[in-house]
Amino acid sequence: MAILLKLADLIIILILPFLISGVIKKTKAFWGGRKGASVFQPLYDFIKLIKKDFVISKTTSFVFKLTPLVSLAGLIIAALFVPLGTGCAMINVEAGIIIFAYILGLSKFFALIGAMDTGSSFEGMGASREACFTSIVEPAFFMTAASIMALTGNFTFDSLSKILENAGSYGVLIIIFAVLALLLMLLIEGCRVPVDDPATHLELTMIHEVMILDNSAFDLAVISYAASLKMLLISSLIAKLIIPESVGTLEYLGFYLLTIFLISIIIGTLESSIARLRMSHVFEFIFVMSSFALIILSLTVTRMFGG
Amino acid sequence: MNSNWIKIKNNSKISLLDIPILDISDLRIEIISLCRGSVSVENGCINGFRPVGFFGKDWGRGDTRLFVVLSDDKNGVFYVSSALFKAGIREYDSITPEIPAFHIFEREFFEEFGIKPKDHPWLKPLRKNQDDYKFFEMDGEEIHQVAVGPIHAGVIEPGHFRFMCNGETVYHLEIMLGYQHRGVESLMVQRSSNRLAESICGDSVIAYNLAYSRLMETVKGISVSSKAQLIRLLALEMERAAIHIGDLGAIAGDIAYLMGTSVFGATRTLVINTMLEFSGSRFGRGLITLGGVNFDIDDDKIQRAKKTFDKVEKDVCRMVKTMLKNSSVVSRLEKTGTVSTERAAEIGLVGLAARASGLNTDSRFDFPDKYFNILNAERIHLKGTGDVNARFKIRYKEILQSFSIIGKIFDKLKEYEKEPVNCGYEVLSKENAKDVFAISVVEGWRGEVVHIAMTDGTGRLTRYKIKDPSFNNWYGLALAVRNNGVSDFPLCNKSFNLSYCGCDL
Repeated sequence: MAILLKLADLIIILILPFLISGVIKKTKAFWGGRKGASVFQPLYDFIKLIKKDFVISKTTSFVFKLTPLVSLAGLIIAALFVPLGTGCAMINVEAGIIIFAYILGLSKFFALIGAMDTGSSFEGMGASREACFTSIVEPAFFMTAASIMALTGNFTFDSLSKILENAGSYGVLIIIFAVLALLLMLLIEGCRVPVDDPATHLELTMIHEVMILDNSAFDLAVISYAASLKMLLISSLIAKLIIPESVGTLEYLGFYLLTIFLISIIIGTLESSIARLRMSHVFEFIFVMSSFALIILSLTVTRMFGG
Repeated sequence: MNSNWIKIKNNSKISLLDIPILDISDLRIEIISLCRGSVSVENGCINGFRPVGFFGKDWGRGDTRLFVVLSDDKNGVFYVSSALFKAGIREYDSITPEIPAFHIFEREFFEEFGIKPKDHPWLKPLRKNQDDYKFFEMDGEEIHQVAVGPIHAGVIEPGHFRFMCNGETVYHLEIMLGYQHRGVESLMVQRSSNRLAESICGDSVIAYNLAYSRLMETVKGISVSSKAQLIRLLALEMERAAIHIGDLGAIAGDIAYLMGTSVFGATRTLVINTMLEFSGSRFGRGLITLGGVNFDIDDDKIQRAKKTFDKVEKDVCRMVKTMLKNSSVVSRLEKTGTVSTERAAEIGLVGLAARASGLNTDSRFDFPDKYFNILNAERIHLKGTGDVNARFKIRYKEILQSFSIIGKIFDKLKEYEKEPVNCGYEVLSKENAKDVFAISVVEGWRGEVVHIAMTDGTGRLTRYKIKDPSFNNWYGLALAVRNNGVSDFPLCNKSFNLSYCGCDL
């Protein structure tokens, strides 16, 4: 049984990221009055891309070639620390959250230097924006994580479900704000509207897309898969937060898939109904996430020391 | 006015022999004194004249004759004068330091005839020798350059943009064009035709073809039936409405507002498909010809078009209102890419961009023809803030204005039901086409499209001059993006939506 469950998680890691992108695109097509491509289209695109030949700029070094692989490996290792469809992570070690965060950090670091390695002014600009936004997201993420650790006494994602029993009525509030903070993190790290526009062709306005302008074929396939996988991981954390622990394993899997599906639809709807933020206003948007994190922190402090 | 200038109305001709020849220094003083007022602005009306033509013509034996056409918008006339450069004279005092609006005209004249405007502050190539030019540069630890183009992502025309940025802020933008220079003006002299005229600038097919047709009809003395005149105006307004709706969609697309893109995209298609029904081409190619139009519009088509346009107007209104109520949209549009009224007048913006900056200029109203007058159209009054928001709103207002004009044209067309749409131009006589200088200005959706023609003693075309509104307005875009985020450039660009091929010719 345990092996079967691990297998389910593996399938989720392999397939679900494509479906998330597919469902978001389908939702956007629906709101735009179009029929839209099949939800499997990102998967077809992936297959198409890995069949293609590489084109690698002569100005790049080995760093550029390493980047997609490090990104992918980082994301897949990070995925092992996150509770996916079964409700518990594949690797459950002490301080899993920290490993998760810094492995993501490593992928991001390589994505940045890979972009700068091309020597293109666009990609440098994109890298600078991405680094800037990430550095504001990180403290917010760790404030949330530290609060949860303090409450549960455990630094793994599996303990997210213990918030309710350890924090009582405060727990409900903490969960609500944590879900909101993670949703914002999903938009920021997933490069979605209103922070970034994944559909634009205008290099000057891009953030994530501009960093991969020089990538092609297998590299591009891997990078776009890794980007979707990152969205899956953050969505999985949200699912872990809101699905009660009392449900059985199979029910958990059902609720999990439903949550991921709903989150994709929410993102698609959001992208259809609001315009993208001005680049200088993105910081304010990220600070909203920081303020949610601060609220979580203060709730935790009140709960633990306030009586 | 004194004998230094000769007046000419829109769509009319004068004898080339009547155009005064001044000494260049006198002409320069004349131009400066006439245009200087245009810097001050009152209720959006431009006080003083602005340049619409400043171009040379080979005058034999190595001489060059410089023709100047200034526009007096208030009285609806053009002032024409000229100066002769003898073969040895290779320079003159530049007008640009006094009247900045001349900067691009003088650059063009220099490039074409090699006569140098002395003390011109920015004698940069316009269409040729782009590679030799050294761009302005800024120095500093945090200054970086971003070069975009000439080949861009997406299917758009070539043009090079060089940004000097401090972090995300643009300090200076330089635009280099000319990658599409095809020698249109000399082609027009060799073998002018409607087909060639409407191919100059693919998004202003009707405006260009109309300007060409009116100009040639003026030169050759061809008369056009009232019905054909009305159908031409109808096509012009349909082109305006269609492109404006498309541009609203493009602006929505740039700020990632998906719903706007879809709705405006769909409604624009309805308008251009109606054009397809009228003329067999979605952009109206082949509709206008010398002596009239090629296609008649019967009552059946009018009824269908009316129904379509009602729906389009309703949808566009609803979408624009939804967008302007959406704070995330408005925050992107407002105070982005601002060109102040004073600045717009100073650098000589025209057309839509000028109106958005608060200048009250529209050649449909400034130089009206008989048929436009009977439609009783009304000028748009908008507090021109000069930002993307203003350019968005002015487009919306002009769409409504165009649909109202279109409705009136449909009603008027019934009165002329029996008239032919094409008189044919076999009747023309060569007599009155000798040594002629003629001008035709049409307000396309982007602004004034100016066509000027000259003939020699045998009635043959010897010079054909075209000025697209983009020619004036590209510099406006460069000013608009200053102190804006570099990521807002595409939005500013789209709000102007200038033509590369119209400027490169």
